[in-house]
Amino acid sequence: MRRGSAAACLLAAALAWSPAPAQERGIALEKLRSGSAFLGADLRALQADDFANPGMLWVERGEKLWSQPAGKNARSCASCHQDAEASMRGVAARYPKVDPASGKLLDLEGRINLCRAERMGAEALRRESEELLALSAYLARQSRGEPIRVEIGGAAQSHFESGRAFYYRRHGQLNLSCAHCHEQNWGKRLYAETITQGHPNAWPAYRMEWQTLGSLERRLRACLSGIRAEMLPYGASQYLDLELFLAWRAQGLPVEAPGVRR
Amino acid sequence: MTARIQVPRETKLGELVEIRIVIQHPMETGYRHDDVGHPIKRNVINALSCRYNGEEIFRADLSSGIAANPYLQFYTVARESGELEFSWIDDEGKEGLERQAVVVKS
Repeated sequence: MRRGSAAACLLAAALAWSPAPAQERGIALEKLRSGSAFLGADLRALQADDFANPGMLWVERGEKLWSQPAGKNARSCASCHQDAEASMRGVAARYPKVDPASGKLLDLEGRINLCRAERMGAEALRRESEELLALSAYLARQSRGEPIRVEIGGAAQSHFESGRAFYYRRHGQLNLSCAHCHEQNWGKRLYAETITQGHPNAWPAYRMEWQTLGSLERRLRACLSGIRAEMLPYGASQYLDLELFLAWRAQGLPVEAPGVRR
Repeated sequence: MTARIQVPRETKLGELVEIRIVIQHPMETGYRHDDVGHPIKRNVINALSCRYNGEEIFRADLSSGIAANPYLQFYTVARESGELEFSWIDDEGKEGLERQAVVVKS
C-alpha cells in the first residue's frame, strides 16, 4: 500500500514536471534547426557581430526607451523593472504567455502595451511602430541564448490547440498549410532559397527583404501573402495562438534576437 | 538618426585603428513606388566624412546602390589622442554628427 502511494506520488510528480501534456513533435528534437542554420555564411556572421548586426540599432533605441518616462503616471519601464539586463533575463523565451489577471494570451508586444496601459497610463504603441519594435527587440535581446520554453497547459491550452489547428490547416489560393513547407519539405529548395523549419527564435529580426527590423507577426503575414492567403490584421488572435504553437514547436532552441534573416 | 560607432578605447602610437559606423537610415532608392503607385522620392545619405582632430581622414559619397542602415568600416593610423568627428547628410538635408574620443598611448 505504502509502495503504491509512493509510486503514485512519483507519477504525479513526473506528470507535474513534464513540460506539457505529452505532445507529438512534428520535427524530432534532435533534428531542430534554427533559421540561422539555413542562412549563408555572410548573414550568419552579420547576426553574430553585435556591432554590425543592424538589429542592434533598435536594441540601442529600446534601451533608451526603457528608462524614459511616459504617460500620465510619468513612469518608465525601469521604474518597476529596474535593470532589464537582470530583470528581463529569460523573459522573452517564455512568451507568448497567458496573463493571469486578464486571462488573455499575450506576446511581448501585447505585454508591453498592457504595462503601458495599466502601470504607466500611456497610450498603446502601434504594432510594428519603431518604438514598439525597439522595446521588443531590447527585451528579446535580454534572453539571447536562453532556450525557448512556453507554457501550453491550463489557460493556454485552448490557444495552443487553435494555433496548432491553424498550423496544419490549408490556407489561401495555393492551398498550403504551414506544415507542407516547414515540416515536410524543410531543407529543400524553393526558388533560390532553402526552406527553413520556420522557428520564431530570432524574432524580432532584421530581414534583408524589408531592409528593416520587423516582428514575427509581420513575418507570418509575409508567409500568408506568399501562399496567397488573406493577411489577418495586426494583433489578431490567430497570430498569437500560432505564435504560441510555434514557440512550443521550437522549444529547446536558444533565442537569437535580434536575428538577421533573408 | 541613430548611429553606432566602434573605435578601440585605447591604441598605441603608430598602430592601425579600425573604425566602424552604422547609421540608421532608410536609404530610399528613388526607384520604388508606394501602395497607390506614386514614386517615392530618393532619400539617401549622400556624403559622409570623418575628421581626426580636424583633419579629414575618410570621405564617402553614397548613392542608391547602398542598402538601408549603411555600415562602413575603414582604418587610420593612431597619431595622437583626440577626437574623431563623423558627419553626414542626406538628400532631405538632414545632417548627422557624432563624436568619439580616441586615446593614444605612446
